[in-house]
Amino acid sequence: MGMAATESQQFHVLAVDDSLIDRKLIERLLRTSSYQVTTVDSGTKALEFLGLRENHDGTPNTPSVSPNNHQEVEVNMVITDYCMPGMTGYDLLKKIKESSSLRNIPVVIMSSENVPSRISRCLEEGAEEFFLKPVRLSDLNRLKPHIMKRSKLKDEDQKQQVIPEKIENLLEVQKQHQPQEEAQPQPPLEQQQQNNNNSNKRKSMEQSLSPEPTDRTRPRYSGIATVV
Amino acid sequence: MGSGGRLTGNRLQGVVGGRRGCNGAEELARAGACEVTGEWKSRSPVKTGLPLWMLGLGADLLWADMNRLLAFLFHQGVLDEQFLQLQQLQDETSPNFVSEVVNIYFHESEKLLRNLRGLLMEREFSDYKKMGIHLNQLMGSSSSIGAKRVTNVCLAFRAATEHNNRPGCLRALEMLEHEYCYLKNKLHELFQIEQQRALAAGVRYPVQNN
Repeated sequence: MGMAATESQQFHVLAVDDSLIDRKLIERLLRTSSYQVTTVDSGTKALEFLGLRENHDGTPNTPSVSPNNHQEVEVNMVITDYCMPGMTGYDLLKKIKESSSLRNIPVVIMSSENVPSRISRCLEEGAEEFFLKPVRLSDLNRLKPHIMKRSKLKDEDQKQQVIPEKIENLLEVQKQHQPQEEAQPQPPLEQQQQNNNNSNKRKSMEQSLSPEPTDRTRPRYSGIATVV
Repeated sequence: MGSGGRLTGNRLQGVVGGRRGCNGAEELARAGACEVTGEWKSRSPVKTGLPLWMLGLGADLLWADMNRLLAFLFHQGVLDEQFLQLQQLQDETSPNFVSEVVNIYFHESEKLLRNLRGLLMEREFSDYKKMGIHLNQLMGSSSSIGAKRVTNVCLAFRAATEHNNRPGCLRALEMLEHEYCYLKNKLHELFQIEQQRALAAGVRYPVQNN
């Protein structure tokens, strides 16, 4: 019953930037906010990491790992620089949104230039947010509503809930009535494996977040109501 | 008393880097005095007759020095709030974050500056676009560490490249090199004081009853 927030339960962000300094910065910012982070230096490498290759728009994000392992491939959010040689952040955004398997991943664009047309173009293409560089900790707080919103939408779709340990028993009862529901975060591992296989992308996020209002303001998601 | 960790005046001198070859008290007193422009005045040493380290004040005074230098740099517009953000990101899990990032910055910037100068010095120079690329990189990283004055000079430099203004570019490059040197010196000073402070804070001061 590893209640302790393991790495696998955290929100995994893929950060893309050709500047080493900016990669270091964004990595630190994200880690400080308790996200799990992977950094790459180009859009091409980002797509590789996401599992999207030229020959197939495949199914890269179905993690076939159990919840207590590191979910290496699963990415919950992409944050990318706009100006990069080769594939720009905008190109990367487009590719992600065009992919059937990746299009639900929220993408955030960062840029040092405050160009309104650029900003609106990115937002129209489906970017969640547009950050002006240098990115600050306060900017990352703007991501929370998006995370919470997705968590909630997903909840409504699949009736998945994040339940604190203390009402575990209640759920045990519920589970018996609604065997369909997957998110009942019960100790049995197989239950959770089902969860992961079906709900892929949002799972690790949901498991780390609580729908309670007080928790929404907390910048750190690890350790809260972690599914056991 | 007499256990390890006791600094003598000579060893402290070594710590400071032997800049002036003076005894411990004077060293501390002068720590942080600006060598480049002389604008930042050193504070007057505490006149107790005892080396400062023995009074256990070393760490505190160095802390004050560090903050004074920082305040000066902010006031002069050399650094901005982004530098503070860097410091905020430093903690026990990442205790050298600021110096790591800044050292990367130095390394990259010097390369970019060399490239810029190389381009401009070419007899048949015409590749403003390439200069623009180097400049954007330099500008981006300068802004990311909070080097405000350097960033601003990059902006002016960029404007010159956009107008294919070679003499303007040359002037801007000189200013850029100057600002960069100044920044580097100041940041080195800052790190040096911080190192001394960390050392001083870790030292056990012998109790004196004079």
